[in-house]
Amino acid sequence: MKLTELTALELGAAIKKGEVSIKEAVQAALDAVAVRDKELNAFITVTGEQALDQAEQLQAGVKDAASPLYGVPMAIKDNICTRGVKTSCASKILGDFAPPYDATVTTKLADAGAVSLGKLNMDEFAMGSTSETSFYGPVKNPWDLERVPGGSSGGAAAAVAAGMGWYAVGSDTGGSIRQPASYCGVTGMKPTYGTVSRYGLIAYASSLDQIGPLCRDAADCAAILDVLQGRDPRDGTSLDGQYGNLLGGLTGDVRGLRIGLPVDCYGDGQDGEVKTAVLAVADVLKARGAEVVELSFPVMEYVVPTYYIIAAAEASSNLSRFDGVKYGWRAEEYEGLKDLYCKTRTQGFGDEVKRRILLGTFVLSSGYYDAYYRKALQVKAVIKDAFDKAFQQCDMLLTPVAPTTAPRLGESLSDPLQMYLSDVYTVSVNLAGLPGLSMPCGFDSRGLPIGAQLIGTHFGEGVLLNAAHGFQHDTDFHKRAPKGGDLA
Amino acid sequence: MNIDTEMVDYIAELSRLELQTGEKQAMTAQLEQIIAYMNVLNKLDTTGVEPMSHVFPVKNVLREDEVVPSQDRAELLAGAPVPDEEAFLVPKAVD
Repeated sequence: MKLTELTALELGAAIKKGEVSIKEAVQAALDAVAVRDKELNAFITVTGEQALDQAEQLQAGVKDAASPLYGVPMAIKDNICTRGVKTSCASKILGDFAPPYDATVTTKLADAGAVSLGKLNMDEFAMGSTSETSFYGPVKNPWDLERVPGGSSGGAAAAVAAGMGWYAVGSDTGGSIRQPASYCGVTGMKPTYGTVSRYGLIAYASSLDQIGPLCRDAADCAAILDVLQGRDPRDGTSLDGQYGNLLGGLTGDVRGLRIGLPVDCYGDGQDGEVKTAVLAVADVLKARGAEVVELSFPVMEYVVPTYYIIAAAEASSNLSRFDGVKYGWRAEEYEGLKDLYCKTRTQGFGDEVKRRILLGTFVLSSGYYDAYYRKALQVKAVIKDAFDKAFQQCDMLLTPVAPTTAPRLGESLSDPLQMYLSDVYTVSVNLAGLPGLSMPCGFDSRGLPIGAQLIGTHFGEGVLLNAAHGFQHDTDFHKRAPKGGDLA
Repeated sequence: MNIDTEMVDYIAELSRLELQTGEKQAMTAQLEQIIAYMNVLNKLDTTGVEPMSHVFPVKNVLREDEVVPSQDRAELLAGAPVPDEEAFLVPKAVD
């Protein structure tokens, strides 16, 4: 068995037993980065020396290690603050920003003995569904270099799929963990809003943003969430809860679990191979004793506009802090203070970020606030209500993650609205603050991964992870790796 | 609502962004298309529905007001584009 083919938990166990040193693991990942990342462009910053130093320090504590992930090398999306290590959000405007503090999740991962290999490429400020809007160039899909890895956590998904680290931590505002996980054939989870601290996550849309893991399988996701979840006094929206036993609760037993199939998610505009592969998940779980119920979810046509109004509104407000004064990049030539702001922002932001700032400013502006922003908040309540009704009939929903497999590079850049529409299955989960899991469930005729989404009730992570764990016990889609990814 | 270049100029000004002439045409067309699509929400009658900003009814989250050290000034200023020893520097804003 090659090192980079192990799951994070398998590697953690091998490190604990002394079969593999942390340094060997770090070196295996760095070798994969050296061979693969020139073409994939998954990393913005590789902190190889730092990782090797840290490996040596951590090795001394292996015997006393409490976390099953101790010593396992991973990487962090570039919108999560890492003290002293460039955190650019894939934007020119934060191109030389080295945060003076760690995000809460960065601290928690370090405390659990995680070794960071570096920072991962993404859509600029997490705004995009393809990882093409990065100032540092597009990320490529390890399964097909002509195709996008999804976004915005595209670097995270590509890195895990290509064996450049055993897991990654990303963020999900409207599908930014789940959709790239789907396009790259890895397992990813957006937890319940408020269960992972957002302190140190550079904000895109604060009421929707949530940090979560991208990994090889559901068990790894559970172990990582056990590390990440918990209330944080530094995030006023973080919630108290029963955290820390997701991994321990995995049995794969789904007898009696009611799986809801929203008929409205299996209609038009969907690739036939995607539909077939996702519905086959229901059959596998049924064979394990779950029940399948069809139900209606009559708000699908409203979810994308509602999401983009709310996300853009919050983005226009959040991104007003980037003005070239306190940190980051400043335009070279300007006349006066206002011109300093204008030139810095105009030259520092890319097109998609500007589009969303303008859209958000419009929907919040006097005269249009009620018609767009307030209306969207009302529809959000209607969407939340539709989920509540659905969960009276089932314990979990099964839907596709995206209407198609990974599109070709460049296709989405020319048509932003078309790109927004591809988020139709994921955005409602953020609007309602629910947990959502994406797992590989098949491949299309071109050999590209297909993802299935499981949606649960608030704090229902355990139910989703358990169903995914059961599914992965009976299938091997999650074990397949793209060619060239197995180097160590 | 029709988005025209005048409206785009107005929201660009509010956003502290400048668009070049060619860029402005493209952005206007795209925003017009996006906003037109968003009007689908008007099909849904939301009379009497309370706008929902947060899914969880978490309000007034308070904590003890404990004194803790603040960040090191030199370290914070080191990240600024144009600092001196004790402040962020900007062009003169008030005469």
